[in-house]
Amino acid sequence: MEIIMQPWPWYVAGPAIVLVMFLLIYSGKEFGVSANLRVMCSAIGGGKTCEFFDFKWQDQVWNLVFAAGTVIGGFIGANYLSSSTEVEINENVRQELVDFGIADAGESYLPGEIFTWEALGTAQGWIILVLGGFLVGFGARYAGGCTSGHAISGLSNLQLPSLVAVIGFFIGGLIMTYFILPVILTM
Amino acid sequence: MKFLKFLLIGILFGIIAVKSEIISWYRIYEMFKFGSFHMYGVIGSAVALGIIMVQWMKRGGLKNVDGNPITFNDKAKTYKRYILGGIIFGLGWALAGACPGPMFTLLGSGYSVFVVVIAAAVAGTFAYGMLRKKLPH
Repeated sequence: MEIIMQPWPWYVAGPAIVLVMFLLIYSGKEFGVSANLRVMCSAIGGGKTCEFFDFKWQDQVWNLVFAAGTVIGGFIGANYLSSSTEVEINENVRQELVDFGIADAGESYLPGEIFTWEALGTAQGWIILVLGGFLVGFGARYAGGCTSGHAISGLSNLQLPSLVAVIGFFIGGLIMTYFILPVILTM
Repeated sequence: MKFLKFLLIGILFGIIAVKSEIISWYRIYEMFKFGSFHMYGVIGSAVALGIIMVQWMKRGGLKNVDGNPITFNDKAKTYKRYILGGIIFGLGWALAGACPGPMFTLLGSGYSVFVVVIAAAVAGTFAYGMLRKKLPH
């Protein structure tokens, strides 16, 4: 039990994710979480104004159920299967974040001051929470998939377009991390 | 009842996402700073094992639960959408520190404000749908 309560190393996590992909493919589906966002657009009536959302979303309910499961899994994992929510990141990286003003860097999954409802009263909070979420949703659909659909499923199927998408993920991520985030975090 | 197994698979993925710390904003930041092997190890080992699994399935090693052969769809061989969409996704991934799966998991782990992040992601998806025909693919 003690081993389960500790953070899992990469060589456990990677194969465990493949198990999830296996279970979905064996069930006749595929591993791609961002498709849910399109299903939600359709479910709230997006098909009336935009043909991209005009499809039978009821056929994709399994994926919404999967997403609901990941919410429950997050609750179980954080509350019952973790002795601590501390994340032991690289000390130099942690110190850099402290210098950017995130005093409690690494003490929980994410910067506690930014990921709160109160942060929506600040420009910084709007940029990280709202603009961040918007870019993820826009980019995932434009690229036709996210980390699960391209980086895991697509690369596993040796899809060159997925490799191009993953290279894109890194170009965007590096630009944000090295050039834009330092400005946003010190706002 | 037919959805129960997808709920259980989702729960499994949520637990894995928490325990492997891939839901952590700090892990994403650290990955883009090349500060640790962790995220590369998670994705790399998943892909290495995934390649073997997909090849095995394609060679008819397994039929799916309905008894049908397992097939995989190839992605369209264009590149603009993958690089441009990928860059936009990457900007958001590094900013919010979460991709679509972990957004849901973080909501469950106690960060209720992820309702806002998910709503913003749905809005982003909707905006793409509206602009789709004007964008290079």
